[in-house]
Amino acid sequence: MTTSITTRPATRRLGIRRTKTMATALVAVVAAVTLTACGGSDAAPATQASTVTIENPWVKEADSGMTAAFGTLRNASDHQAVIVSATSSSTSSMELHEMATNDEGEMVMRPMKGGFVIPAGGTHKLDPGSDHLMFMDVTTPIKAGDTVTVTLTFADKSTMKFTAPARTFSGAKENYEGHDDMDGHDHMDMDDMGHE
Amino acid sequence: MSEADLGGGEGLSRRNLLRTGAVAAGGIAIGVGAREAVAAGTTPDAGVPATVPFHGRHQAGVATPPQAYAVFVAYDLRAGVDREALIRLMRIWTDDIARLVDGRPGLADTEPELAQMPARLTVTLGLGPGVFDATGMAHQKPTWLKPLPSFGIDRLEKAWSGGDLLLQICADEEMTVSHALRLLTKDARTFVTVRWVQRGFRHSAAAAGTGASMRNLMGQVDGTRNLDTAAESSLFWIGDRSREWFGAQPDWITGGTSQVVRRIAMHLDTWDELDRTGREQAIGRRLHNGAPLTGSHENDEPDLEALNDLGLEVIEPFAHIRRARSDDPRQRFLRRPYNYDEPPPAGQLSSSGLIFATYQADIDHQYVPIQRRLDELDLLNTWTTPIGSAVFAIPPGCRKGEYLAQSLLA
Repeated sequence: MTTSITTRPATRRLGIRRTKTMATALVAVVAAVTLTACGGSDAAPATQASTVTIENPWVKEADSGMTAAFGTLRNASDHQAVIVSATSSSTSSMELHEMATNDEGEMVMRPMKGGFVIPAGGTHKLDPGSDHLMFMDVTTPIKAGDTVTVTLTFADKSTMKFTAPARTFSGAKENYEGHDDMDGHDHMDMDDMGHE
Repeated sequence: MSEADLGGGEGLSRRNLLRTGAVAAGGIAIGVGAREAVAAGTTPDAGVPATVPFHGRHQAGVATPPQAYAVFVAYDLRAGVDREALIRLMRIWTDDIARLVDGRPGLADTEPELAQMPARLTVTLGLGPGVFDATGMAHQKPTWLKPLPSFGIDRLEKAWSGGDLLLQICADEEMTVSHALRLLTKDARTFVTVRWVQRGFRHSAAAAGTGASMRNLMGQVDGTRNLDTAAESSLFWIGDRSREWFGAQPDWITGGTSQVVRRIAMHLDTWDELDRTGREQAIGRRLHNGAPLTGSHENDEPDLEALNDLGLEVIEPFAHIRRARSDDPRQRFLRRPYNYDEPPPAGQLSSSGLIFATYQADIDHQYVPIQRRLDELDLLNTWTTPIGSAVFAIPPGCRKGEYLAQSLLA
């Protein structure tokens, strides 16, 4: 069933740590990968991008402002892969988001510390109400039936490109923690929360 | 192109299996559905194939043996929807349909679990006359794509007539039909508004077996002497042969057909006043097995010349089967009707009838002449009234990577 949660006025105080948190996370991930790579394999390891695919990608239609892309990331290798950033020509910037409970007990979306980790031989799902690829400011309208191209960058700096068809979608109206442009959007539909 | 080049084994095996009759559901699985059912990871139950392939030369849902449930939904284009927008809608619907008929959810499907039982789901796209005008392609409109001429018996209601786009959604499971309707409609909501929805049903294969003619709510066997969907496919699939018979058609519709959707109300309360003999005379067939009054089996050829002891025709001059026949063997069409039974208006006992869906290569040359004959004389008109009418061009099927109506829109 769809759960609709009306939040109290959004708190702003956590948002300011966003950029710094991402930078810290990136350093940590690169370090981790470097350590793993020292494990002693003779062959040059495949790049993370080359072993990751995305299934059923799609993006929520939007004329402007924010929107999000979803799909299932699959990692065919026996090493974990970590996505650390994303870009698209349809938006001025993108962020990797998770949904989480803030100090006020509200569900909000916020940058994912450490990026999206796709376990070895496993998957990482991007769904409305869950982790997603956030388009921060759509510059060219994304119309239903169009496709957008997204480029993912992994912790080893390899990149992977995919296209996502756009669909009209009522859900995925998550609050953005501490974001100043979201006044009046203090309502969220959590269609897919609790699935999995 | 001759029909023989067209499709390989599918039509032939289906035809042969249907003709032998005994094989029924299992036969179709061997001919068409088995490989796809396995590929989709579904298990055909009781010999009924779970999936009907989407991709192919023709759209599914026309020659497909009728499923138990159908919904016909007509849409109107929103203002400003042009050719570019229509292509986007076609890409969305094509992707949705290809997934749904395979038992997979649509991309933005909020109820993915409801997609897991395809139950021979087919979704068939039709284009109404308005599409061609709205998208600047009036010159590509087939000559027969226009409202039927008005008939004396018609009492058409806007609520069941016309439409820019049609989706015919059929499956052997009503939940599947409902979910497909919901997903396809909401994915299209920035392009179209819903004009009308007609829900219909037939015997389920589980109860009645496949291959049998259905019964309508008047109790009659309905669908006897239908076209053989393989041997007589040129009477509905548009191609070289249909062009030779009926005249030129735009290139883009090769492999497609035309569809008429008539809503025929049945006045069951006055039909109840008629005894069985009267009912059989109105049709010219026996109620218990659909045999003509001059024969003993459903598929016996009626003897329209036969006279009774009094020297009168056994099959009355006003009988439906006499009137529905033409001396021109090409004035025939594929019928795929569904019953409807809706809540009655205040003061009435029922609101029942038939969603009369037909497919033909050329509406003007095949459907209209027969409808004129029935309009002039058919005792059945006493108990039936057409209350809805719509016509659509059914584009050909699409291959992987293509979208529906691409031959028109690309």
